[in-house]
Amino acid sequence: MPADAMETMRPPHATTGPIAWLRDNLFSSVTNTILTLVGFVAIVALANGILNWAFLTAIWNGPDGTYVSGWRVWELVTGPWETKTAAPCREKSSGACWPFIANKFPQFIYGRYPLDQRWRVDLTLLMLVAGLVAMMVPRIPGKAWSAGFMFLVFPMVAFWLLSGNVVGGRVGMWDAIGFLLALIGGGLLITQRMRPGRYVSATASLIGVLALLAAIPLLVRFVMGTSGLVDLPVVKTEFWGGFLVTLVVALVGLTGAFPIGILLALGRRSKMPLVRWASVGFIEFVRGVPLITILFMSSVMLPLFLPDGITFDKLLRALIGVMLFQGAYMAETIRGGLQAIPRGQSEAADALGLSYPQKMTFIVLPQALKLVIPGIVNSFVGLFKDTSLVLIIGLFDLLGIVQLNANADPNWASPTTNLTGYVFAAIIFGLCCYGISRYSQMIERRLAAGERR
Amino acid sequence: MAVTSAKDVHGSAKSAVPSLLYRPEVRQAFYQVLLVVVLGLFFWMVIDNAITNLRKQNVAAGFGFLDRTAGFDISQHFIDYSSQSTYRQAILVGLINTLVVSVIGIVLATILGFVMGVARLSKNWLIAKIASGYVEVSRNVPLLLQLFVWYFAVLASLPQAREAHALPGGGFLSVRGLSMPKPIGEPGFGWVVVVALLGLIGSIAFAWYARVRQLQTGQRLPVLWVTLGLLAMLPALTFLIAGRPLSFDYPVLGRFNLAGGLTLQPEMVAMILGLVFYTGGYIAEVVRAGILGVNKGQKEAAAAIGLPPGLVMRLVVIPQAMRIIIPPLTSQYLNLTKNSSLGIAIAYPDLTHVLANTTLGLTNQAIETIALLMGIYLTLSLLTSFFMNWFNRRMALVER
Repeated sequence: MPADAMETMRPPHATTGPIAWLRDNLFSSVTNTILTLVGFVAIVALANGILNWAFLTAIWNGPDGTYVSGWRVWELVTGPWETKTAAPCREKSSGACWPFIANKFPQFIYGRYPLDQRWRVDLTLLMLVAGLVAMMVPRIPGKAWSAGFMFLVFPMVAFWLLSGNVVGGRVGMWDAIGFLLALIGGGLLITQRMRPGRYVSATASLIGVLALLAAIPLLVRFVMGTSGLVDLPVVKTEFWGGFLVTLVVALVGLTGAFPIGILLALGRRSKMPLVRWASVGFIEFVRGVPLITILFMSSVMLPLFLPDGITFDKLLRALIGVMLFQGAYMAETIRGGLQAIPRGQSEAADALGLSYPQKMTFIVLPQALKLVIPGIVNSFVGLFKDTSLVLIIGLFDLLGIVQLNANADPNWASPTTNLTGYVFAAIIFGLCCYGISRYSQMIERRLAAGERR
Repeated sequence: MAVTSAKDVHGSAKSAVPSLLYRPEVRQAFYQVLLVVVLGLFFWMVIDNAITNLRKQNVAAGFGFLDRTAGFDISQHFIDYSSQSTYRQAILVGLINTLVVSVIGIVLATILGFVMGVARLSKNWLIAKIASGYVEVSRNVPLLLQLFVWYFAVLASLPQAREAHALPGGGFLSVRGLSMPKPIGEPGFGWVVVVALLGLIGSIAFAWYARVRQLQTGQRLPVLWVTLGLLAMLPALTFLIAGRPLSFDYPVLGRFNLAGGLTLQPEMVAMILGLVFYTGGYIAEVVRAGILGVNKGQKEAAAAIGLPPGLVMRLVVIPQAMRIIIPPLTSQYLNLTKNSSLGIAIAYPDLTHVLANTTLGLTNQAIETIALLMGIYLTLSLLTSFFMNWFNRRMALVER
């Protein structure tokens, strides 16, 4: 064999570098090459369409709204915006009508909330973001405190901030309740603490903590109310709207659904047939009908079921419907977690002589709930999207208010107004839902890392 | 006497009968009775309030309205209906509209979902990215918003009927919806249908025979080609021999309007587009999870015994993936059916629209209409899940 026969062989293809990547991932075969080309054409067409619609032919800010230099996207939110009507959109544009978003932005966020009171919404949102960050970023310590704040203190403070002094009066029943709760809670906790090493009642401790946490906002209200620092005028919920309502429905729905879901899940796994049947019946009924029928039920049937003279406000009725709906779905998620806990855990608790509430609060539920965090967060994405359904029963959430302004405001009537509004709403919903589902995936990875070991 | 004395001695009550209060059966009975009493009181209160309120408002009760004349028109009906028809017929029309849009939606969403699910796993980087972009957009934007975009932005910006877009094949697309040629069977077309049915029966029998034969001898018959021949070629041949007994009623563009043909209203087109685009994203994820859920060793083993890639997919991966896919796919089908109730927001005359909007508005009988609405959806859901559970059990049995 002559030595130069070896030298005539061609070197193998590169297996690293951009060329190799392109060949492996885009042009590995004839079919693949065709698919790549088709996909490329589709992407270019889509990008071109978006670029044209959202930027090149869109109407931006300017003295007469027609010039398109300097697309300063942030000015959509920050203003000042000189174009105050849809005239330029009507006359010349075939692309997006951004002045519509810029002029309506406050309405999309606050609805018809009174202008001089909007700081209350801002403050609530700020507290929400701070609480969520403290609760959701794994590195920040004190999870029990931030969770307690988010689930107990924040809802009440937010309710008070957003609706104002609805309970009325300077010193009254609510303040008395606050002091009473603080007394009960403190008393229970102290008596439990004073018996070190002895039997600690789970129920008593739990009630103590709950009472104490519930007392805090009432006491805060008392201090603020009596010192005359804060006198919040009442803002009725019919003035709430936009993203505010979307957040309220989603968050109240989630928080309210949580206890309902836990109770139903425990009920479904109960040994008592009547309890089990009642839970199964409720869960399957709710899961078998569309959310919109539940919302109709709570908006037109519920008033008939209440005693004469008692009326619920429209938003509250929708919230009740959403909570019951989400509770049934949450129950199934939590049941999955309960089923995953080995029987031995519950049997060991029984062997220690723990009562059913003790067994559940200290042994089973903490493990089960940890398992289903990703599932709950995922179902929250669904809930967040479903909040838009409240527009069908006449509430104005983000989508509702966009829809109202885009199709019913004669000042802003133009061929592209409604699509611009929908794109804006889609971006907000899309960012929120994408963020939540990413977070859920992160949590899932972290939990899985703990399980692998 | 012995019992009481044992109780008196502190800490030595082991042999004694425990107090009734500590017996599990007694406690359970007590809690259950408590639940029944509380629920009973709750329902009694609710019903009592409802009766009082209805009497005060002078609203009729009961389902008597079902036989009265409805007096409203429904823009799309697949059975005979006019404003002289009864509420019962109106509700039936709504139910049929719901079912039609759900069935079409399920078929198309399944196709889109399977294509996108497989595309997400493609080795082609660009195709996989496009598919995952689609999944993210379709799943993260509320369905109601998608319906609004299709109905108010896309379909409403189509040209007027007299300037309709002409589609290849004789259809028209305009703000009035999608007009298509309407097939009309002529005498002799019945034979084509009969032959097609025979072909269907024949291909099922052949597939069964091929399976039995493969189990006995290990030889594979060309099932796909024979089935295709029986299902497509035979009816096509009959069609030609019978002298093409089928004509089309083409929509004609008049001066002001489109005449003739089969027209799908824009509401229905928007519903189908929205439901398919939205549910397709969820089905794609279900399909992807199913295919990824098949053990890698299965594929490797199939390749090791010499099956070509196509057969590895058809005989090894897909049957196992289907077992993972079917349960979540069922719940997607149910979701799609329930989601079709959002048609009320774009005035598609489905069950929800007919009952919760029109009938409720005209009769003012909130309890009856909403209960009827929920009852029908619940029945649909339960029937579907019973059927799919049965189907799922059949698929799972093969596993042993």
